[in-house]
Amino acid sequence: MATLSTARAVAPSIRNAFAAHRINAIDVGIWMVAIGAYFVVPTYLSLGTTVLIMILFTLSLDLAVGYGGIDTLGQGAFYGVGGYAAAFWALNVTSEPISGLVAGALVAALLGIVTGPIILRTRGLTLIMITLAITSMLEEFAVTAKSITGGDDGLTGYHIDPIFGMFHFDIYFRTAYFYALAVLAVAFVVARIVVNSPFGLTIRGIRENPVRMRLLGVPIRNRLIGLFTLSGAMAGVAGALTAQVTGLIGVDTLTFLVSGNALISLILGGFGRLYGAFLGAALFYIFSDRAAAINPFHWYLGLGVLLILAVRFMPNGLIGLGEQFQLFRERKQGRGLDRGAS
Amino acid sequence: MSEHNANQPALEITGLYKNFGALKVTQDINLTLQPGVRHALIGPNGAGKTTLVNQITGVLKPDAGTIRLFGTDITNATPEKRVALGVVRTFQIISLFLRLTVAENIGLAIAAAQSLDAKPWGSLRDDDRVVDAVRALLERLDLLGVAERKVRELGYGQRRLVEIALALALKPKVLLLDEPAAGVSSHDLGMLLEILNRLPSDIAVLVIEHDMSLVFRFAERITVLVGGALLVEGSVDEVRADQRVRDVYLGRRAYV
Ligand SMILES: Nc1ncnc2c1ncn2[C@@H]1O[C@H](COP(=O)(O)OP(=O)(O)OP(=O)(O)O)[C@@H](O)[C@H]1O
Ligand SMILES: [Mg+2]
Repeated sequence: MATLSTARAVAPSIRNAFAAHRINAIDVGIWMVAIGAYFVVPTYLSLGTTVLIMILFTLSLDLAVGYGGIDTLGQGAFYGVGGYAAAFWALNVTSEPISGLVAGALVAALLGIVTGPIILRTRGLTLIMITLAITSMLEEFAVTAKSITGGDDGLTGYHIDPIFGMFHFDIYFRTAYFYALAVLAVAFVVARIVVNSPFGLTIRGIRENPVRMRLLGVPIRNRLIGLFTLSGAMAGVAGALTAQVTGLIGVDTLTFLVSGNALISLILGGFGRLYGAFLGAALFYIFSDRAAAINPFHWYLGLGVLLILAVRFMPNGLIGLGEQFQLFRERKQGRGLDRGAS
Repeated sequence: MSEHNANQPALEITGLYKNFGALKVTQDINLTLQPGVRHALIGPNGAGKTTLVNQITGVLKPDAGTIRLFGTDITNATPEKRVALGVVRTFQIISLFLRLTVAENIGLAIAAAQSLDAKPWGSLRDDDRVVDAVRALLERLDLLGVAERKVRELGYGQRRLVEIALALALKPKVLLLDEPAAGVSSHDLGMLLEILNRLPSDIAVLVIEHDMSLVFRFAERITVLVGGALLVEGSVDEVRADQRVRDVYLGRRAYV
């Protein structure tokens, strides 16, 4: 024990002390499962596409809540707005899909920049209430502004061109699945670059101790607005994807439920770890789908039980469970916390 | 930023007053710190020591008086501006980033000081200048061995050291240490003193401390504050010998 700790003191790794997401077994596993599903369960690609999009949406929520400590319940607003923007774009501008995603991202980002300065002035319960209120206002707007949003019917009847003019969307969701997977991969790379960056570290610092961060001379409100906008844009892309692959966007995307489901996914998967969104959203949406198929009336009961078990036995989510297991093994190997030696 | 005049004191406080309603917490305080000085501020609980530090750092606005840094009036400067100019403090109640590693805590301060905090790509771990600066600071504070630990896994003594390292990362010219030994076990006090004595010699250090053995072994000059007013200022020997100090503050302590 003593020799081990001395060895560590002689060759300390400052670099490794900075948290960073590196390619590891979990990465390989997740992406292999995602690609493998296409071949193994080709009849479930519709569900698979939904899962991928919801992973993207949950990932965007993890940036805000898990990394930035912005306890929002209004993430659905970005999702809905992004979806409406993409549908509107397809109906009125062009059916080209990639530009539709960009439109969804930009409109959602705009919503983030406009509402961020108001929302991020507050914390805790006030922040939750304001984000809920903004979502409700947008929902109300979507219902009343029929000429833009189609009112209660939503926007539909638009066509989406083949991706890059080559890959046609098909009724089996084959193209849609790989489309969503590719977009998710790009978003994941972006999220990973950002959380590893000095900005990402600053964001975690603000989450931990905003007062101290301000005394280090950091304009914390601006940093949070930046994060909120990025997270919103990502949620907007998720909404745009939904609009494009389902050919329909409705008011139901602007309800609290969308945000709530993503939050539950993060509780299941784990906050502030990026992978938590992958495991949590996959577990949540596959479970919901199966449970609803088995018992369409009482499946929420099953979900409740799942949640209670999750909170009781894995407070840091599935990812946290994995980390605890790792730590346990390291302790057994004698390189745990040798506090006394220092 | 401002020109450093060798003849100017690092910090010069003149005629400072502050009231909280009827409570007079700062009464006509005059205090001068020369560059590189080791100065202690002592006084009973509630004497107004932390309040004085809060005014020097800009968290509280004095009712009257001026605060100068190397001759420049900073009485009305914002806290952020003062940090940038080199007035840096540590906290009586430790204030760190608990779920970040020790190196990340220091890296954050360095990133902020170098305006890297808005850069959304790259990583501090790949920035040699930052990594070297973090290593140098941790070395100075005997924290290299715990660089990879999260702060919440550390004991109180080491957290105090991280707090000091964070302050040093901001390149202070005037360093204000508010009770650095509070909560530190007697076993760790020797280590703390040794590290305090290793602080860069060009920094003016003002330390607030209740532990007299530490004060006497660290400071060259001592200011005694009682009820918001300055009672005595002098060298360690002068203050130890002063009858008024013995009466109001040190009288009960056997070792003086
Ligand atoms: N914001 C405030 N509003 C009103 N009164 C305050 C405020 N801050 C401090 N005080 C009072 O001012 C007096 C001086 O407080 P201060 O914290 O400066 O004392 P101190 O010398 O640092 O004491 P200690 O040794 O206990 O840290 C105390 O009576 C305290 O209750
Ligand atoms: Mg105090």
